[in-house]
Amino acid sequence: MNNLYRRRLFVNRFNLVASLGTMAFGMTFLIWILAILFYRGFETLSPSLFTQMTPPPGSAGGLANAIFGSVVIVGAATFISTPIGILAGIYLAEYGKSGWIARATRFINDILLSAPSIVIGLFIYTVYVARVQHFSGWAGSFALALIAIPVVVRTTENMLQLVPSSLREAAVALGAPMWKVILMVTLKAVRGGVITGILLAVARMSGETAPLLFTALNNQFWSTDMSKPMANLPVAIFQFALSPFQEWQDLAWAGALLITLTVLVINILARSVFKQASVR
Amino acid sequence: MNNMETSLVSRPEVTASALPPSPPKMTIRKLDFHYGKFHALKDVNLDIAERRVTAFIGPSGCGKSTLLRTFNRMYSLYPGQRATGEIHFNGHNILDAGTDLNMLRAKVGMVFQKPTPFPMSIYDNIAFGVSLYENLGQREMDERVEWALTKAAMWTEAKDILKQSGMALSGGQQQRLCIARAVAVKPDVLLLDEPTSALDPISTAKIEELITELKEDYTIAIVTHNMQQAARVSDFTAYMYLGELIEFSETDQLFLKPKRKETEDYITGRFG
Repeated sequence: MNNLYRRRLFVNRFNLVASLGTMAFGMTFLIWILAILFYRGFETLSPSLFTQMTPPPGSAGGLANAIFGSVVIVGAATFISTPIGILAGIYLAEYGKSGWIARATRFINDILLSAPSIVIGLFIYTVYVARVQHFSGWAGSFALALIAIPVVVRTTENMLQLVPSSLREAAVALGAPMWKVILMVTLKAVRGGVITGILLAVARMSGETAPLLFTALNNQFWSTDMSKPMANLPVAIFQFALSPFQEWQDLAWAGALLITLTVLVINILARSVFKQASVR
Repeated sequence: MNNMETSLVSRPEVTASALPPSPPKMTIRKLDFHYGKFHALKDVNLDIAERRVTAFIGPSGCGKSTLLRTFNRMYSLYPGQRATGEIHFNGHNILDAGTDLNMLRAKVGMVFQKPTPFPMSIYDNIAFGVSLYENLGQREMDERVEWALTKAAMWTEAKDILKQSGMALSGGQQQRLCIARAVAVKPDVLLLDEPTSALDPISTAKIEELITELKEDYTIAIVTHNMQQAARVSDFTAYMYLGELIEFSETDQLFLKPKRKETEDYITGRFG
């Protein structure tokens, strides 16, 4: 065994150990977070969490209004952002390509993609909440939609760029107009990827707190009116976790566990949708 | 079905060896093509005969695929690619700026090197093109799908799996589906761009058989890397080299008695 080979074996082993070590370091914290979350959140996880309203300080209750609010606000945001995001993604990939409008849009979209969510919350606060003089569920949805749009634009564009030009040409060769080619062939070919992008955007929105703090705020009572302040999980967790009351802190843990599980389920769903679509 | 029968009746003498003269379906005059600054086709002149198979052979990069892609203006998808000269088809110069490209492509169908089934069922793959320009009822559409798949020698294999995704078929079946799809819209001309180069010998044989049958109703232009294939399926052959049309004549003549030295070198394997 010559020296060069021995050295190579050593370098290989060293790098393997180093990468395993860093992996273990990262995983430790992840598992730690999940363990605490499950340990503290599981105790309070009960049916009453879904049936009772957020309680006044010092008494027991649930998170029904916050769960409902979160679902409605995120749902509305998804309905607003999905068509805008997909259409903009189609424009970038199929029409704009490398023209200056497309390049400028792509650049701004990238900035929006990495913009701190608190800035987006403040923006909606300034242009909407401050004008109409009250917090509302709609304002929350608008803020979340602004967070989701760049994600959907990005994934739609990237997915459409993956479509081989031969497929596009094949549809064009039959005499199909551009919009039909896009709608019925290219977009259909990547629908799994686009749906995955939307699901990941939903997952991202369901955990956002900062933009909701300035927009939807909170509501101690059951409310289905989106033009009024609306309870939601992230803000409820924020408020309850900082409080000195044991019941509120327990509810905050339960809420945090709920969000984490939801995001986990959405991620698994997104993966299986993507896998299924790419097999076909 | 009708026009196939009449064509058989009216031209019973048609065989591969003895060809009556056929009027040109497409006439190409002084055609030049540029990819940006690269001059890819230089002063090409030829006629594509109606209901005949015209083959284009030549080494890679000689411009044979480029030439085929001018016949349906496929190159117009890409900025920076442009053709000048004349290509007359159905009384129009299709290189004119005012040409309706969608209508042109509905009349000049194309099958590509790699099979390109759409992400939909076998049935919808064929119905997609048909429904672009025809308003058919359910029954008529069913008949058209069956007709097209029969033409492409696919019906017996496909009739029980019409609702299945076209992407689940084998490579050879996918390519025949693509031919069925192109035939279904009843074009005047069918362009085949190396249709068998991604296929196994058995699928290749099936598709070559198919080309011979389709000749009864369609004008066919085929680009191929395979000289034996050109000799087997075509009536006319064009040899191209470095963007120029070197020789164009009846297939038998080109392969047996080439006029030009370059052609002879290529078909005997001394070059290319």
